[in-house]
Amino acid sequence: MALNRKIAYIDLSTGKIEIKPIPIEIRRKFLGGRGLDAYLLYNHTKKGIDPLGPENVLLVSGGLLTATLASATARTHVMAKSPLGGMIGSANMGGFFAPELAWAGFHHLVIKGKAEKPVYLWIHNGKIEIRDARNIWGKTVTETQWAIREELGDEEIKSMVIGPAGENLVRFANVMTGIKNSGGRTGMGAVMGSKNLKAIAVRGTMDIKIAHPKEALEYNKRFIDQITSAKVNQTQGTLGTPFIWGATNSWGGIRCRNFQYNQQLYCDEIEPEAIDEVCTQTVGPYHMASCFGCQVHCRAKYRIPSGPYKGVYDEGPEYTSQGAFCGEPDCRSIETLLVGNHLVNQFGLDNLETGSLIAWAMELYELGILTDKETEGLELRFGNDEALLEMVKRIAFRKGWLGDTLAEGGLIASERIGKNSFDYLIQVKGVSNLHSDERATPALALNVATASRGSDHLRSRPAIDLYHLPEPVLRKIYSTPVPYDGPLSSEHTEYVGKPWQVFWQENCYMAVDCLGICKYHTVFLGATLPNFEDWPKVIYYNTGLEFTPRELWDIAERCNMIERLFNLREGLKREDPYRGDMLNHRYFDEPTRRGAPDVVGRVIDREKFRKMIDEFYSYKGLDENGVPKPETLKRLGLENEPSHLL
Amino acid sequence: MEIRGKVLTVYPEKCTGCRLCELVCSVYHDGVSNAMRSRIRIVKWESEGVYVPMICQQCQDAPCMIVCPVKAISRDEELNRVMVNHDICIGCRSCVAICPFGAMGFNVIDRKNFKCDLCDGDPQCVRFCEVKAVDYVDAERISLDKKRAAAGKITAAQRQAIALELESR
Repeated sequence: MALNRKIAYIDLSTGKIEIKPIPIEIRRKFLGGRGLDAYLLYNHTKKGIDPLGPENVLLVSGGLLTATLASATARTHVMAKSPLGGMIGSANMGGFFAPELAWAGFHHLVIKGKAEKPVYLWIHNGKIEIRDARNIWGKTVTETQWAIREELGDEEIKSMVIGPAGENLVRFANVMTGIKNSGGRTGMGAVMGSKNLKAIAVRGTMDIKIAHPKEALEYNKRFIDQITSAKVNQTQGTLGTPFIWGATNSWGGIRCRNFQYNQQLYCDEIEPEAIDEVCTQTVGPYHMASCFGCQVHCRAKYRIPSGPYKGVYDEGPEYTSQGAFCGEPDCRSIETLLVGNHLVNQFGLDNLETGSLIAWAMELYELGILTDKETEGLELRFGNDEALLEMVKRIAFRKGWLGDTLAEGGLIASERIGKNSFDYLIQVKGVSNLHSDERATPALALNVATASRGSDHLRSRPAIDLYHLPEPVLRKIYSTPVPYDGPLSSEHTEYVGKPWQVFWQENCYMAVDCLGICKYHTVFLGATLPNFEDWPKVIYYNTGLEFTPRELWDIAERCNMIERLFNLREGLKREDPYRGDMLNHRYFDEPTRRGAPDVVGRVIDREKFRKMIDEFYSYKGLDENGVPKPETLKRLGLENEPSHLL
Repeated sequence: MEIRGKVLTVYPEKCTGCRLCELVCSVYHDGVSNAMRSRIRIVKWESEGVYVPMICQQCQDAPCMIVCPVKAISRDEELNRVMVNHDICIGCRSCVAICPFGAMGFNVIDRKNFKCDLCDGDPQCVRFCEVKAVDYVDAERISLDKKRAAAGKITAAQRQAIALELESR
């Protein structure tokens, strides 16, 4: 049964391992996955700890529904205090790791301390062993996984690993599983590296009893039909996430040359159809792959078609890679895109942070803030493909002054570089923004500014705001499971109604992250996809637990509040440009220069933005400083946190 | 006479590797999620992106049936499948050893062998596979489709040859 999956406490300093059940009261309060991880992080860490010190705690989990019949229950969640911004660190990845972890008997791992020498964890049917990893230290992401399979003699083992970037404590190193599934954001790979933990290998063959198998099967079929009938998912299943590039770039919603332009010109080579053609030519007409149990199959397979890496197999590239290796640095070659994607996958780097920081450095170089002295002769100009790829390598191995500096992440790097470099850094809470430009979309700007893990598009983005859906449709979505009769606007340049949408999405995404489901299976890119009304049935058929949609909403709100409490404890201040719910000044001061008529010439209005934040805070039950009111904590049952129940 | 020729067929190139088939198979048959219990398994070469669904071929001259010392395995001509009678089966695993496809499994929890039974004519793996990397079709259909695909290639080659010849004139 899903409910009998355990939580394991692993102390790498002492080698002590403790395995405990997860009480049902805790489940009813935090469900599982990201929500329960947030509870555990808040309870097991102390204020102001060094994110790369042994006192940081690394949490790895599957969701409540992982490996059950709920469609795409593939997501692995990883959490710790972030070495990038010092706020909550949280990353989520697809693939096959979490289901294997659940089959091995576990839902949550709480990893503390630091091993003396490189180690990896071997988790097999209820047992956990700490093993010597000196032989695999230094290996790339895929080499590590294949080496573990060989050492343990089982091809079915799934591993979550770090590459050289994580070992070198690059503050935005990711954790990875498979060829390209990445828990990318907020430097969780660096936390693993700091603990001398190279990998977590799992293999499980334990039954997860389904509470009502017949109903679960039938409902799942309905669920899948609903998911695959959405046009957006059909497009994802053909072109992958690059399809988003086609739409947002032509419209003027992406960052180009760091933040100078909001559209990249003359980039036919990296359009989704062009990438699809390379995949077709190098892999074949059927070149889409899936994560566990998912019928969307949005992951493309490719081989690099030309150049020094010709013939090398990899997967992706995702929308984010298009931004990191094309839009932001203004490079236009598909080879650069595919090679860049391959390099970050092998080194274990967050592609988003990597591309974003290099584009920032390029702007600084062109402005003369960085010179040939700092770049050691590298001509770090926009559009210089070779310099871009060289910088990726320098960052991963902390080579040279600039490689080492950028590896520290934007906040520390801007201190080291000095002058007014910080003014050009497109970040929130120390975390770089996706290559999206939100100046024409206040709802998205609000989402980016207030996301718990720093600038982010997967914590509360009302992406359907771009579709200009009729107001009654928006009302149908946004007024359940809690009533909302305030204004809603179909217009993406509007400010009214947006705070509620962001609040609703924040809770929606939290619920999904607690359940362990992919966001392509809820109201993210598709307006018709399942949400609060559908999940109670899925949960009941699979686990036997009964919830109302409203109860799930309350749980999501509670879990989001725990993340807020963590950030407040670590120093979040509303308008602090370093660790606040605040955007870079360029959002307010520099109008967009390109794009469609309803995009060009836009800035975010400071006063209206402030009002949006006020309204958003009021929905969350926060005061004007962003601190929860006592009655809010009481309503959510959080007045005694940290409560140390688990 | 009614023709009963439906077979479960696999198109490996179409498989996206999601393993939903394994999940629904184990839930349908055993009421649990456990890939180890699935009759269908996806074999992967991840570093090349190659995924191959492996399943019982319901052989006409089935080695498992021949090797079984107690004659617990028989053919069900109605559904064109090979079935195990667990009342007779002694659990010696000879069938597991001899199957050339690895399609006969042995469940270490229940200590029983298990194999695909085509879900009594409504294979769940097919029902849930959106890309139809596994399909349940008339046996005749498979070779006809392959003939058409091969013929297409031949005609394409012919057309190219003619075009080249015309160009070189």
